[in-house]
Amino acid sequence: MSDPATPLNGAHYAGYVTIAEAAPRGMITLRGDLGDKGFAKVVKAVTGLALPGQREFAAKGDFAVAWMSPDELLVLCTYDRANAVVADLTAQLGDLHSLAVNVSDARALIEITGDDAREVLAKLAPVDLSPGAFGPGQIRRSRLAQVPAAFWMTDTGFQLVCFRSVADYVFEALSTVAQPGSRVGALV
Amino acid sequence: MSRRIQQGGRLIDRAQRESFAFNGRQMSGFAGDTLASALLANDQMMMGRSFKYHRPRGPVASGAEEPNALVGLSAGARFEPNQRTTTTEIYTGLTARSQNHWPSLDYDIGALNGFLSPFLPAGFYYKTFMHPRPLWKALFEPVIRHSAGLGKAPTEGDADRYEHFYFFADVMIVGGGIAGLQAALAAGRAGAKVLLIEQTAHWGGRAPVDGVMIGGKPADEWIAATLDTLNAMDNVTLRSRTMGAGVYDHGYALAYERCEDAVPQARGPRHRLWRVRAGQIITATGAIERPLSFPGNDVPGVMLASAVRDYLVNWAVAVGKRTVIVTNNDDAYRTAIALHDAGEAVPVIVDARPDAKGPLPERARALGIRIEQGCGLSGVKGGKRVTGAQICRQSGAGAVIEEVPCDAIAMSGGWSPVVHLWSHCGGKLTWDDAQAHFRPDPSRPPIGHDGAGFVIAAGSANGEMLAGACLQDGDAAGKAAIKALGLKAKGGAIAQAEAEGEHPMMPVWLMPADATPELKMKIFLDYQNDVKLSDVQLAAREGYESVEHTKRYTTLGMATDQGKLSNINGLAALSQALGADIPDVGTTTFRPPYTPISIGSIAGEARGPIFQPIRQTPMHAWHSENGADFEPVGQWRRPYCYLRDGETRADAVTREVRNTRQAVGLLDASTLGKLVVKGPDAGKLLDLVYTNMMSTLKPGNCRYGLMCNDNGFLIDDGVVARIDDQTFLCHTTTGGAERIHAHLEEWLQTEWWDMQAYVANLTEQYAQIAVVGPKARTVLEKLGGMDVGRDTLPFMGWAEGELAGIPARVYRISFSGELSFEVAVPASRGQEFWNKCLAAGAEFGIMPYGTEALHVLRAEKGFIMIGDETDGTVIPQDLGLNWAISKKKDDFIGKRAQQRSHMTDPNRWKLVGLETLDGTPLEDGAYAIAEGTNANGQRKTQGRVTSTYYSPTLDRGIAMGLVLNGPDRMGEVLEFTRTDRPPQHARIVDAVFYDKEGEKQNV
Amino acid sequence: MLILRCPYCGVSGEETEFHAGGEAHLKRFGPGSSDAEFEAYLFQRENPKGVHFERWRHVNGCGKWFHAARCTATLEVFGTYPAQSTEPPADLRKAISAKRPGWKWREFS
Repeated sequence: MSDPATPLNGAHYAGYVTIAEAAPRGMITLRGDLGDKGFAKVVKAVTGLALPGQREFAAKGDFAVAWMSPDELLVLCTYDRANAVVADLTAQLGDLHSLAVNVSDARALIEITGDDAREVLAKLAPVDLSPGAFGPGQIRRSRLAQVPAAFWMTDTGFQLVCFRSVADYVFEALSTVAQPGSRVGALV
Repeated sequence: MSRRIQQGGRLIDRAQRESFAFNGRQMSGFAGDTLASALLANDQMMMGRSFKYHRPRGPVASGAEEPNALVGLSAGARFEPNQRTTTTEIYTGLTARSQNHWPSLDYDIGALNGFLSPFLPAGFYYKTFMHPRPLWKALFEPVIRHSAGLGKAPTEGDADRYEHFYFFADVMIVGGGIAGLQAALAAGRAGAKVLLIEQTAHWGGRAPVDGVMIGGKPADEWIAATLDTLNAMDNVTLRSRTMGAGVYDHGYALAYERCEDAVPQARGPRHRLWRVRAGQIITATGAIERPLSFPGNDVPGVMLASAVRDYLVNWAVAVGKRTVIVTNNDDAYRTAIALHDAGEAVPVIVDARPDAKGPLPERARALGIRIEQGCGLSGVKGGKRVTGAQICRQSGAGAVIEEVPCDAIAMSGGWSPVVHLWSHCGGKLTWDDAQAHFRPDPSRPPIGHDGAGFVIAAGSANGEMLAGACLQDGDAAGKAAIKALGLKAKGGAIAQAEAEGEHPMMPVWLMPADATPELKMKIFLDYQNDVKLSDVQLAAREGYESVEHTKRYTTLGMATDQGKLSNINGLAALSQALGADIPDVGTTTFRPPYTPISIGSIAGEARGPIFQPIRQTPMHAWHSENGADFEPVGQWRRPYCYLRDGETRADAVTREVRNTRQAVGLLDASTLGKLVVKGPDAGKLLDLVYTNMMSTLKPGNCRYGLMCNDNGFLIDDGVVARIDDQTFLCHTTTGGAERIHAHLEEWLQTEWWDMQAYVANLTEQYAQIAVVGPKARTVLEKLGGMDVGRDTLPFMGWAEGELAGIPARVYRISFSGELSFEVAVPASRGQEFWNKCLAAGAEFGIMPYGTEALHVLRAEKGFIMIGDETDGTVIPQDLGLNWAISKKKDDFIGKRAQQRSHMTDPNRWKLVGLETLDGTPLEDGAYAIAEGTNANGQRKTQGRVTSTYYSPTLDRGIAMGLVLNGPDRMGEVLEFTRTDRPPQHARIVDAVFYDKEGEKQNV
Repeated sequence: MLILRCPYCGVSGEETEFHAGGEAHLKRFGPGSSDAEFEAYLFQRENPKGVHFERWRHVNGCGKWFHAARCTATLEVFGTYPAQSTEPPADLRKAISAKRPGWKWREFS
């Protein structure tokens, strides 16, 4: 299989933090009753991860699972396996009312890395990004400038997902506020 | 003359010279100078002319409240009008130009207005220029517009960069004077997350200028130590050059940071707008000195006593060689003493009070400064510069006792707390009789989300005018904020501040008290807008009792300074004229921003290419490179047509339509919404949201459906494909994906929450490409893979497989009337599939076509388009779509509404085709004219055009429209309006112009 | 600009994360209803100065609809609760009564 055409064609911007398109990742919208034990069991069986709590993000090996709403998870896996994981989830969930769909191509995945990654995000999202308020293991869905987005922390900064069609807009917006000389120095 | 003196100047660095230009003249100052202090150091007292009378004006103040000394800064793409010289820091290379004069600052023709001033009283705009009416447009308006307004607007796009920053604080403190610093100490020590901002480049406010001692040492030392303490706290953020612009609901506040104003050619943003959310906001915004209302109080050289002191102490600038002081309070004596200590001449202090006995007057007396008690000024000599002060009895009508030669006058009418931020979000004020000012009423603060107050005023902004009380009040405010947040305040001693006590001031609203009408016409209340005492009195006589009305009638308190100096004096003048008490007259509304902020900072990053999101399909880049002329469809950009060499848009559309009808066309349909609905109740849900029956659709089949809202009006349409027993894929219009997704979620979550159905928006997971035309099947067969033959994949069927090695879902649906396949492939492979289609189709003449060809193709077939045939008032029945409305269902969204009497009215306008007699297209939106006129004298109408195109297939204009009883009037000819031309005749025909039997799509 | 707490994801977000959705607790009338009932359902809305119940959607967030009890005069938010409710929760009504004794809104008090 050929390499997928990613929304940003591997774009990269080095400002006072670095904005870059992440490597392709499998992304699956999984809806179901998060309170159902059977549902949690299937998620664990397929991903190896327990159900995340409210606004939590958990990663292990190739998989990550993020809490999106009381009846929705975002499952991350390797890009090539997304359809197989959807099939696996669907098969194991069986008659349990649920929906698993591959949304890998519907999203753009962008990395914001550097010491000041927090404040670059805080220039566009109305979210308290100080270390005391947001940290690893959490996911936040909010507004990034004028479009919806979700982000979580990595060892070096943040990963952010947005819709594929606005990938350029989000990348440009992040790059604009990440230009050298723009450091605020207030989120430490 | 004004000049730099040899000693002092706590804010300037004499080692670092900065050169700048004013009106083309090179001057120099020191690092730390404001433009005002540097100009004064160069003896440039006159800095502008006034708005209405073009009177010569110099600075009155030394800070944000300055009404007169406004200039245009820089040039070209960095030009900015109306900037206060008093808050502009100089740097080498700065250029400034004065405003409101022609041809020059010194010689101004507009100053003639001054001689005409008896004829230009309050409301003169409303009273003059009214007749004869035709002259308004031709003469009056151009002349007024030429001479009115402050600085000129920039003519080029702004070259600088701006940004926003979201910040969350437990306590936000506005104002870095000693009260604000002490409040930050109290809140910071308790562990709260504190943001402390100060609008100037310096901390400490007025205390160092006033010679305040804190803890037995000069205030500057305490300030420096306190800043060290605060800087060492991780939980405290300090920001100077950052102005508290506004306070809004639920603890939201805007802070305007001037990052790079004083750094030319900087790389970073020029301004940063902090969008702060704070649990508690402390306004330690200080107080502003009031001018005194005496004749000639606007002559350059008349300044606030505090400003004269600031220029002397902060910047080592003496504004005059001989400075007369005029006051109604003790504070102005500090200016006299400071001048005297610096060796400057103070010929006399004119005090309106019958006896001045406080410690400060006593000190002045001891220094040998002459004091005239019970006196005022009845005139100022000089035009472009003060040359003398005329002393009179305060209690009299203004007879001159003595004329004192001088070149500066320092005035003080008392102090008013800066209550703007307190008031922005509803905080109420109370009148303080003793100090003759409004101050925040702590019992009526702005209310937050929890119903409790969230703003606390501190220090002189709270009416505490002495340094010691300011510190105490700042501490109390910090602790009160901590308590309100549910935190525990920590101890920590408050330093004691010493300053001489002050004896009571005496309110003086008019000087002299019984000034004659002639004198009143020389007393300015609002310098920026040239509002005089006589104007306010005239307004009162003419019946303007409300302060808000008086403001608008006289322009008192308008424009960039928003009445910071004039407010209280104006209110007092109005209340005296009305015979009412000041608190009963009240204040005008305080609105953000506190001082003007740049438009760029409000826009933030949203400029140029990222002004708003532009949505792109996976094939967007290809379209751009291949002649696409884009049009916006919602936030999407779609190719309207693909221009080839030498083609007009019309040529291109005609070519694309013909090629699609005759050979094969390729359309990027990725923008169509794709919503998957899955669950045991999915069919039940769709039966309720579509007007048709969807639950009976068989897997593998497609059905066209209509969606209405509960008002009955058509909101969207599209093809539904049943994937399996529990799963449907619903296509929406291009603009409809998010809207219809939200619509489904709304009904699922808020009305039918017991239904088991999940919805997911898969719009962007797929690139959807329509292969359309008689040779469409041939192209797909050449790509190879799944069987797309007529029997395997019949019209209105769908199938899944691979085409050219790419996983694909193929829908046999047609929006053109031609043989048509809509192919959905993963978005990441959309471009690859598009390229393969072009390559495979080359020998069959494949061409991409845009949205306009799509429109023409559908109009030739009489297919409706949401947004053209519908406008939020159209029901499916109006469009002849009754066949798509199930009669078997008990309920669907819109069903009940469509039974209302107006919806079933036989006289509703209904869809028909229209064919002009002369063959040219009708105008878009044209009305069908009816007999008679309506109540407004307008022609009655009986229909309107909803879609109109030139049809290349039929080589004539075709249209659809909604016409009264249209379907019953086939063959009738109606008249349709045209812009600036006589009406056009068109015949009512069937809306299907092409292939009425539908043979072409079903092959 | 308001702060609202989404009862589903627990976020206290600023107003721009949300979308206002009009009055809460409307009872839908469909086919078979009288003209008066249907008119009331479609068009008749409360417009109080004081306690009000309204719908919001956490559109730039978890996407869920919820209800908010709010004072239209002071903008105080008394509380938010899931949209899957046919009436304001009892504890919220009690809390409102403590702050606005004697409040009344449609059939609730």
